[in-house]
Amino acid sequence: MSDGKPALFVQQRTYRRRRMADAARMLPVLGGILFMIPLLWLGSGGMSTANVMIYLFVVWVALACVAGLLSRRLGPEEDQPDDKLPDEEAG
Amino acid sequence: MAILNTLVLVCLGYVALLFVVAFIADRAAAQGRARWLRSPLIYTLSLSIYCTAWTFYGAVGFAARSGLEFVTIYLGPTLVMIGWWWTLRKMVRVGRSQRITSIADLISSRFGKSNTLAVFVTVIAVIVLAPYIALQLQSVTLSFDTVAASDFIAPEATPGQQSTALWVAAGLAVFTILFGTRNVDANERHHGVVMAIAIEAVVKLVALLAVGVFVVWGISGGLTDTLARIEASPISAWDVPGSRWVGLTLLSAAAFICLPRMFQVMVVESEHEDHLRVASWAFPLYLMLMSLFVVPIAVVGLEMLPAEANPDLFVLTLPLMEGREGLAILSFLGGFSSATSMVIVAAIALSTMVSNHIVMPIWLRSTGGSAVISGDLRSVALIARRLSIAVILFLGYLYLRLSGGGSALAAIGLISFVGAAQFLPALMGGLFWRGATRSGALAGLGVGFLVWLYCLFLPSFGPSGILPQTVFDNGLFGQAWLRPYALFGTQGMDRVIHAVMWSMLLNAGAFILVSILTLPQPIERLQGAQFVNVFDHSATPGGWSGGLAQSEDLLIMTQRIMGAGQAQALFSEEARRQGLGGYLPEPSPDFLNRLERELSGSIGAAAAHAMISQIVGRATVSVEDLMAVADETAQIMEYSSRLEAKTDEQARTARQLREANEKLTQISVQKDAFLSQISHELRTPMTSIRSFSEILRETDNLTDEERNKYAKIIQDEATRLTRLLDDLLDLSVLENGQVVLNRETGRLEDLLDRAIASADASGKMRIRRKTENEQVMLTTDLDRLSQVFINLVSNARKYCEADAPELTIKVDPRDGDLVIDFIDNGQGIPRNQQAVVFEKFARVGDTKAGGAGLGLAICREVMGRLGGSISYVPGQAGAAFRVRLPLESAAALEAAQ
Repeated sequence: MSDGKPALFVQQRTYRRRRMADAARMLPVLGGILFMIPLLWLGSGGMSTANVMIYLFVVWVALACVAGLLSRRLGPEEDQPDDKLPDEEAG
Repeated sequence: MAILNTLVLVCLGYVALLFVVAFIADRAAAQGRARWLRSPLIYTLSLSIYCTAWTFYGAVGFAARSGLEFVTIYLGPTLVMIGWWWTLRKMVRVGRSQRITSIADLISSRFGKSNTLAVFVTVIAVIVLAPYIALQLQSVTLSFDTVAASDFIAPEATPGQQSTALWVAAGLAVFTILFGTRNVDANERHHGVVMAIAIEAVVKLVALLAVGVFVVWGISGGLTDTLARIEASPISAWDVPGSRWVGLTLLSAAAFICLPRMFQVMVVESEHEDHLRVASWAFPLYLMLMSLFVVPIAVVGLEMLPAEANPDLFVLTLPLMEGREGLAILSFLGGFSSATSMVIVAAIALSTMVSNHIVMPIWLRSTGGSAVISGDLRSVALIARRLSIAVILFLGYLYLRLSGGGSALAAIGLISFVGAAQFLPALMGGLFWRGATRSGALAGLGVGFLVWLYCLFLPSFGPSGILPQTVFDNGLFGQAWLRPYALFGTQGMDRVIHAVMWSMLLNAGAFILVSILTLPQPIERLQGAQFVNVFDHSATPGGWSGGLAQSEDLLIMTQRIMGAGQAQALFSEEARRQGLGGYLPEPSPDFLNRLERELSGSIGAAAAHAMISQIVGRATVSVEDLMAVADETAQIMEYSSRLEAKTDEQARTARQLREANEKLTQISVQKDAFLSQISHELRTPMTSIRSFSEILRETDNLTDEERNKYAKIIQDEATRLTRLLDDLLDLSVLENGQVVLNRETGRLEDLLDRAIASADASGKMRIRRKTENEQVMLTTDLDRLSQVFINLVSNARKYCEADAPELTIKVDPRDGDLVIDFIDNGQGIPRNQQAVVFEKFARVGDTKAGGAGLGLAICREVMGRLGGSISYVPGQAGAAFRVRLPLESAAALEAAQ
C-alpha cells in the first residue's frame, strides 16, 4: 500500500502541471479578448482615451502577473530566485 | 552648438563603454565564467530590441496622430509572450535541437534543408528589413538635427541631412562589424553583443521613463493633472478604427515572431529554454513600461510645442524646450541605443543569412564544389558577413534616399512588419502541420511577398516613385481590380490593413493549397516529423549512413570552418567517446549528424548538409536512402536472427560438450573401477599362492597328503590367474580390433557337441537338443564361435541351481539369421542386472562359482567380430541367452573384417 502513495502524488502533480499548461495556452486567448473589449465601447461615446488607457494598463499588468504565476508553476526548476527581476526592470 | 559637441562626445563615450562591456562579456564567455551572462534577465532584456527607435520616437508620434492606437504594436508581442507555451517554446526547442542559425535556416531546415527556400527567405528578409533600417537611420539623423536646430521644429529632408544619414549608416556598419563579426561562433551566439544590447535596453527604458516622469511630474502637475490634460487634448476621444485595432495587434504579434532580429535574440541566442518562462511575464512588463508614458508625452507635446513640430521627436524636444539638457542627452542616448541595438542585431541576423545561404553556397560551387580545398573557410565566412552588413546598411540608406525620408516613422515600421509577417504561414505551418511542403512554403512566401511589394512596399516610394500614378488610379494594366490600395475592389480600407489582409490571406491560401496538392520529398517528411513532434523525440532524422566518409577529410573541412583547435577538440572528444585514441573517430552516422549540427551553427544547415554530403558522398535523402535504411534494418534483423541461430548452436555444442564430459567422467570412473577390480581379481589368487607356498616352505612336519593338497591349491590358483590374464588379454585384443579371424567351414552340430564336451556338462545336467535343426553348415571362425558356446554352456552348468538342471538349445533360422538360444531352468538373471551381464567383471549376485566376470564380455566382443550378436532374453523358464549369427557368414565375415 505504501507504494501507491507516491505514485498518486506524482500523478496529482502531473495532473496539476497539465492543467497549468492548459491555462498557459488559454492566457493569450483571454488577453486577446480583454484587449479587444475597448472596441465594444466605441459606439457608446462615454469612453475617453484616458479611461481606456487606464483599463489597458491594468489588464496588461494583470496578464503579466498571471503569466508569471503560471510560468512559475510550469517550470522544471522551481527554486530559481526570480523575485528581484521586476525591480531591476523598473530601475 | 555646444550641446551638439557634448552629444557627439557622449555618444562616442557610450559606444566605447558598450565595446568594453561586449569585450569583457566575450572574454568571460570564452573562459566559461559567464553564468551571469546566461541569466533569464539578460535574455529578457535582449528581447527589447523589439523596441527600436520606432518605439522610442515613433510611438509618441503615433499617439499624437492616432491616440491609443500605438499600443497595439505592443499588445501583439505581449500576447505572443504570455502564450509562449504554444509557439515560442516549440520554436526555441526546435532551434536548439536543430542548431538553427536564422529564420531562413529554420524554414529551409523544416522543408528538407532546401537552399532555394533559404535563399528566397533571405532575399525577402533583406528587402523587408531595408525600410526598417532606413527608419533607424532617419531617427538618428533627425534626432541629431533636432538637437542642432534651435526651434524644435522637425527639419525637412535636406541634402545635409542625407549626408548625415550616410555617416550614421557608415558608423553603424563599422560598429556592427566590430561587434558582431569578430569571430564565426560555432553556435552563432554573441555573448558580447547580447550583453551590450541588455545595457542598451536598460538605457532606453530609463531614458523613456525619465522623460515620462519629467513630463508628468515636472511639466504637468502630477497624475490627475496629466489625466485632465489627456481629456482636454485632441486625442481625448476614444475613437480607433476597429479593423486597425485588431489588425495591428495581430500584425505586431506575427512580426514579433517573424522578424529576423527577434528570431536571432529569441531563438538563436537563447541559452536555455527555461529563460522563456521568465521572459513570458517580464517582457510584457517591459513593453508596458515602455508604453506607459507615451500618451502623456504626446499630449503634453501637442499642447506645448508649436503645431509644426514633428511629434516623432517630442521625447527629445520637450526636455530641450524646458532647458533640461542633461535629460535631453539621456533621451538622445535612449533613442541612439534603440537604433543601434536594432541595427546591430538585424545586421548580424541578415548577414548570417546572406553569408550562410547565398555567399557560401555560391563560393563553394564556384571553387569546384569541393569542401576539401585549400584556404580557411572561416575567413571567407567572415568576409561574407562583413560585406553583407555593409550592403544591408547601404540598402537601408538607399531606401531612405529613394523614399525621401519624409513619411512618418510609424508608417515605415508598419511596412516592414507586414513584409516580415509573410514568413508566418510557412513558419507556423512548418512547426504545427506535418503536411506542409516545400512547394507550399515557396508558393505562399512568393504570393505573400508579391502582394506586399505591390500593395505596400512599392507605393511607399510615393505616387510617382516606382509605380506610376496611373497604376494607383486605374490599376495594373488598366485593370481596376488590381489597384494597389483597392485590390479586388476592396475600396476605402486602411492601406496597411488592406495589405495585411490580402497578403496574409493569399499567402496562407497558396501555402495550404499547394501543400495539399504536392508531395513532399522524403527528407521533408523526416524533417517535418522532427519539427512538429519536437517534444516527443529529439533524435535527428535523415541520418548519415556513412562509413564511406574519410575522417581525415572531415577533420580538414571542419578545421577550415570551426578553426583548428575547436575542430580537433570536437574530433578527439568523439574519438574518446567511441573508445578510440587520437583525433580520428569512426565516421559513424551519429557522429556525422552531430558534426552536421555543429557545422550548421557556423555556415547554416543547408550548407553544412551539402558539405558533409560532398565528403560522405550523398547529397540528399532520397527514396533509395530510405530503402537503404530499411535494408539496414532488415540486415540488422537478419544479423540478429543469425546471432540467435549461433546462440542456439552454441547452446547445442555446450550441451554436447557437457555430455562428452559426463561420458569421460563415467569412463574415468569405469577405468578406476576396472583397475580396482583387476587388482582385486589378481590379488585373491596371489594371496592364496603366497600363503600356501609359505606354509610349504616354513612348515617341516607336513604330511605328503597335506603337501599335495597345498600344492594343488597353488596350482589351481596359478591356473586361475593364468586364465584371468588370458581372458584379459583376449578381451583387450578383441576390443582393440586386433583379432585375426581364422575362417573355416563346419557343422553347427559338431560345434555344439564339442562345446558341451569341453564344458564338462553332459554328466551334470540334461541337455535338450534337436539335432535335425543343427545340420547347418557355417563358414566362420569356428574356434571363436565354440568359445562362445562353451562359455554359455559352462555358465549354465555353473549357475543353474535347479534340482534337476537342464539346458535347452534351440536352433532356428530367422530373417536370414541363425538364432541359437541357450535356455536353462534356473532362476534366471534379475531384471535390474540384465543390462549389465555383458559388462566386464559383472557377476550376478554373490555366486558360489568364482568367475572373473569376463566371460560374457568376451562373448559379446566375439559375436560382434563375427557379425552377429548375443543378448539376454528375458521372460523364459530360466536364464536365456540368444546368439544370433548371420547365415551368409562368409559375407558377414568380410564385413566384419
